[in-house]
Amino acid sequence: MAVELEVADGQCRLRPFSCELGLLSRPDGSAAFLQGDTSVLAGLYGPAEAKISKELPDRAALEVLLRPKVGLPGVLERSREQLLRQTCEAVVLGVLHPRTAISLVLQVLSDAGSLLSCCLNAACMALLDAGLPLAALFCGVTCALQPDGTILLDPTARQEQEARAILTFAIASSDRKVLMATTKGSCSVEEMQQCLAAAQRAASTIFQFYRDSVRRRYSKS
Amino acid sequence: MKATPLSNCERRFLLRAIQEKKRLDGRQCYDYRNIRVSFGADRGCCIVELGRTRVLAQVSCELVPPKPSRPTEGVLFFNLELSPMAAPGLEPGRQSELLVLLNRLLERCLRDSKCIDTESLCVVAGEKVWQIRLDMHLLNHDGNITDAASIAGIVALCHFRRPDVSVQGEEVTVYTPEERDPVPLSIHHMPICVSFAFFHQGTYLLVDPTEREERVMDGLLVIAMNKHHEICTIQSSGVVMLLPDQILRCSKITAVKVAEITELIQKALENDQKARKEGGKFGFAESIPNQRITAFKMDSAAVDTNDVEEQAGEIIAKADPPSEVPVLHTPGTAQIGEGTESSWGDLEESEKEEAAEEEEGESEAAAFECEKVETEDTSTLRENKSDEPIVLSDSEEEEVVILEPQELPRKTRTQTSSKQENPSKKAFNKRRRKKRTSR
Repeated sequence: MAVELEVADGQCRLRPFSCELGLLSRPDGSAAFLQGDTSVLAGLYGPAEAKISKELPDRAALEVLLRPKVGLPGVLERSREQLLRQTCEAVVLGVLHPRTAISLVLQVLSDAGSLLSCCLNAACMALLDAGLPLAALFCGVTCALQPDGTILLDPTARQEQEARAILTFAIASSDRKVLMATTKGSCSVEEMQQCLAAAQRAASTIFQFYRDSVRRRYSKS
Repeated sequence: MKATPLSNCERRFLLRAIQEKKRLDGRQCYDYRNIRVSFGADRGCCIVELGRTRVLAQVSCELVPPKPSRPTEGVLFFNLELSPMAAPGLEPGRQSELLVLLNRLLERCLRDSKCIDTESLCVVAGEKVWQIRLDMHLLNHDGNITDAASIAGIVALCHFRRPDVSVQGEEVTVYTPEERDPVPLSIHHMPICVSFAFFHQGTYLLVDPTEREERVMDGLLVIAMNKHHEICTIQSSGVVMLLPDQILRCSKITAVKVAEITELIQKALENDQKARKEGGKFGFAESIPNQRITAFKMDSAAVDTNDVEEQAGEIIAKADPPSEVPVLHTPGTAQIGEGTESSWGDLEESEKEEAAEEEEGESEAAAFECEKVETEDTSTLRENKSDEPIVLSDSEEEEVVILEPQELPRKTRTQTSSKQENPSKKAFNKRRRKKRTSR
């Protein structure tokens, strides 16, 4: 199903998205999210019994693990885990499940640019598939600022390398609020606001994709 | 996550069913589950599904100095990881026995069988060789990790292409994929593991056990064989004692299964090769079947960014201007604001007041003087250096103990939070509070 919007100079295009829900039998919720050639598999367990050392008395303890395809997880994975955890904690209604643990594991299947936003999208779909109570949905959008100032959405690995700055935003479905923003490289305040506005536009497309895939999943035909 | 234990009734049910030659998923004793191989967009990346067990494999290469004992051979590195998403009981970073066993078995199957020609990985003898690294991740655990991982490993190795290298004298040139087509690894044969689970002290045997069947089995026999009927590895574990003819029978079954699986692998590799050559689409996105209700695809979507600049400009105009403009000291160093006033400031003032009062009356010993000096540095040093006896207590109703003996009659009274305290008492209370917090 193709979603056609007004094309502005044909520059800002998102890559073809695919999503498969519930593909793993052991985790409570699982989702594979593909953006072009970048794909991430997310598996979620929870809410389940937490270790005494990790349990929180008033809400669920959320843990995120990001595994690269080759090699051991390093500092970059750890920092991305923290960003993902903070984003998920902002939307998951943890107070409904106190003293439990929610464990989200992400496996990078292939990396061809915009990896963090693909992880965010896979995480949200896994939360949906597991049926956890959420205050809002969220999606991840990556913007690349080219040296001449043009904005590219959902950049490929090559576009990311050539860009002056790469900004990733996590945008919530309620009022398109920003849950998380992380940047690499330097950009001015105006450019950041422009990227954010473009990301919010793209978020609408992504949320429509979420709706359609979940609608298909629960349809009868 | 905690692993869910197996209940006794489940165990009894499974064993009883096996006695009656029935399996939970309806297979026969010697049947394999459906095997599905899908390739990623990168070379050397594949996912193998054996029933519901899913393993991801990725091959990568790097130029390294060779091992001193083998200067003309490349280096092979195998690593299987049990991802925490595969099963509830798997914790990250815990080196469990199962993981060690699986890794060792796969190493023997792939490395010791010499299926990869390591001599062809040599670039400059004694200086530079290729290190081929195979990383496997278990994504979903539904039994028989060994077989799935061995299939994934050998498929990824066959699928992988390493960069082309040319050596001219001392110079080594590594060509990028754009300059010269990457070269496949030299693989002699494809060893594939087949697992047999034994039940009821070796009476019943099942091929390709599921996770439930693995939990109730007595013993496991793994035979790695290639299509030329050569046994590459054989391993028997558990508490079952096997007769020689049982093992022979298993090896015959293995030969049949390996032939089927090898054919399947060849076909999958051919299909992928054809798709890549003809410029068709390849990668994980294509391997998701369209008709599945759980899968959904969307073509490339355009996003309208026409008036993004106006919107951004509006937001910046409406926003409050930054309250503090950064002050640039040197390139790379700037300061925003000056920080808030030190909260120790009150204490210092009251200390000074007290000192003034002190001097009016009889002068205090030097201890107080050095106390005051130290207050300006840190408050923690104060308690240690003071000569007067200090009684510190958290109780709010305790009697106040004097620090300045000459003011004994005035200061002895229970502590209250009345606002009529004279400044010296206030200073003293503050000091007490400070001492309490700094302890």
